[in-house]
Amino acid sequence: MAAPKSLSSVAGLTDVTVRTGSGEFGRALLDPEAAPPAGLVGPDGKAAPKRFNVYRNNVIVSLSEALGQTFPAIVSLVGDDYFNALARAFVTRHPPQSPVLMWYGGAFAGFLESFPPLAAYPYLADVARVEWAWLQAYHAADAAPLDPAALSAVAPEDVPAVRFTRHPAAAVVASKWPVLDLVRANRFATDAAAGIDLDEPQAVLVTRPDLEVGVFLLRPGGEVFLSALLEGSTLEGAAASALEKTSEFSLPDCLSDCLSSGAFTAIEGY
Amino acid sequence: MFSEGSPSRQSRADATIPAHAGAGLKPEHIAEILADRADIGFFEVHAENYMGAGGPPHRQLEAIRQDYPLSLHGVGLSIGGEQALDKAHLQRLAGLNRRYEPGLFSEHLAWSTHDTAYFNDLLPVPYDEAALERVCDHIDEVQETVGRRMLLENPSTYVAFEQSTMSELDFLKEITRRTGCGLLLDINNVHVSCTNHQRSAEDYLADFPLNAVGEIHLGGHAPDTDDAGRPLLIDAHDREVDDAVWKLYESVVRNNGPLPTLIEWDNDVPAWPVLFAEVRAAERILVQAAEPGLRRAV
Repeated sequence: MAAPKSLSSVAGLTDVTVRTGSGEFGRALLDPEAAPPAGLVGPDGKAAPKRFNVYRNNVIVSLSEALGQTFPAIVSLVGDDYFNALARAFVTRHPPQSPVLMWYGGAFAGFLESFPPLAAYPYLADVARVEWAWLQAYHAADAAPLDPAALSAVAPEDVPAVRFTRHPAAAVVASKWPVLDLVRANRFATDAAAGIDLDEPQAVLVTRPDLEVGVFLLRPGGEVFLSALLEGSTLEGAAASALEKTSEFSLPDCLSDCLSSGAFTAIEGY
Repeated sequence: MFSEGSPSRQSRADATIPAHAGAGLKPEHIAEILADRADIGFFEVHAENYMGAGGPPHRQLEAIRQDYPLSLHGVGLSIGGEQALDKAHLQRLAGLNRRYEPGLFSEHLAWSTHDTAYFNDLLPVPYDEAALERVCDHIDEVQETVGRRMLLENPSTYVAFEQSTMSELDFLKEITRRTGCGLLLDINNVHVSCTNHQRSAEDYLADFPLNAVGEIHLGGHAPDTDDAGRPLLIDAHDREVDDAVWKLYESVVRNNGPLPTLIEWDNDVPAWPVLFAEVRAAERILVQAAEPGLRRAV
């Protein structure tokens, strides 16, 4: 490559070759209105904005695609074109903080919630929360789930005070919206979207007892009960919190659901 | 290094990457590869896709590693960056090297992180003395932390830096001299960069320090044009290897002898048989080069 002539050789000045810092380069990557950084040239030694735009495009498109792979139900709900614009807005405001892209997108649900053009679609954020929990469960540490029969080894008088160890993949998403129906219809396409009642609140447990991520519907009060258990409450304390929330809460049913779906790995102390 | 007596590790394929053709591993191909027991030299993965704690990716990669040698290719370390390497990321790379015992470990002459922002692209490095020192320091740190020699891949670039004071080849040669690292020769990148900067790929390859090369990459690129209507090739990895790149490859292996060769296809990933056909095309060239009498005396 022929080094472009610096002005010094022409005018006898000291070296005025432009140095291009990665701070300036990075800012211009994320700001489509910004001029390309000075000091970048084509083969003729002249500035070449179209060449710089290849990098800009690679960054925005590859990160938008990564988001689309993490949030396919959101893509399906808003459509490809809208998603691309949405992803571009998110990527430029919230670039990844790590080269590990399976950890990129944790702020997307909050972004959807506060993005004014989407104010009429308040359920999108919770759908994104389920999809984020799904990805984290997919990559979580492997752990054998607690044998549902294990509780029978605990002396009856000790049962109210038991605490469970959270499965590394387990997370609860509680919503005012039918998140499970929305995720199913738009991510797994197993159910028709037509029958979804937008007034139905749903809460789900996302976990991965073995290789398959499962998304399980929680019964009334189940989200309070399971969230409390995952945060380390005793069985008795978690049940009391759930009953405070709703009289429909059924301890035997909810406990049985949590045990059979793989929310825990152990009973503490056993 | 690894827990002795672990049955999964005892039954693994040999780690050494042979001078045969391999493919970039894509999750959607794994079931077919394992079912067919595909006859292929090795697989290569992007390290960052296996940095989760557990789950299907690690199960699948261990299954592949049982049957095939593995090459570990990092894409996010930002060796060409202005700032210090991300220590946590470097530890994750070291951990993957211990866990999977890859036969080769490589990264790029590029940067991708500034402050805390990760750009997910291989961004260009100016070829001046300050950048050379930084890159060499970073490679020293990588090789010390990971405990092995790494290969550094030549970049595909779209712009040149006014501040550059040396050629890409002098920059690469000096890196290998100072750090002892090897090189990953991406021949598609050579074709892309030489076209984009209006240089001769043949001249570039004739001067490339082939004795340092431990692996070759081949991939597809997309044609475009620059501001002045000149050809601008984009390193897209989204299609078959171009005829011009095959020709350059043939000449490299004819002159140098066979080297482990990877087909990269990362976007618009085709069905496995399509990718495998590219691998076989590279393998045929390697076999011809290995036949005595056809290889030019050095």
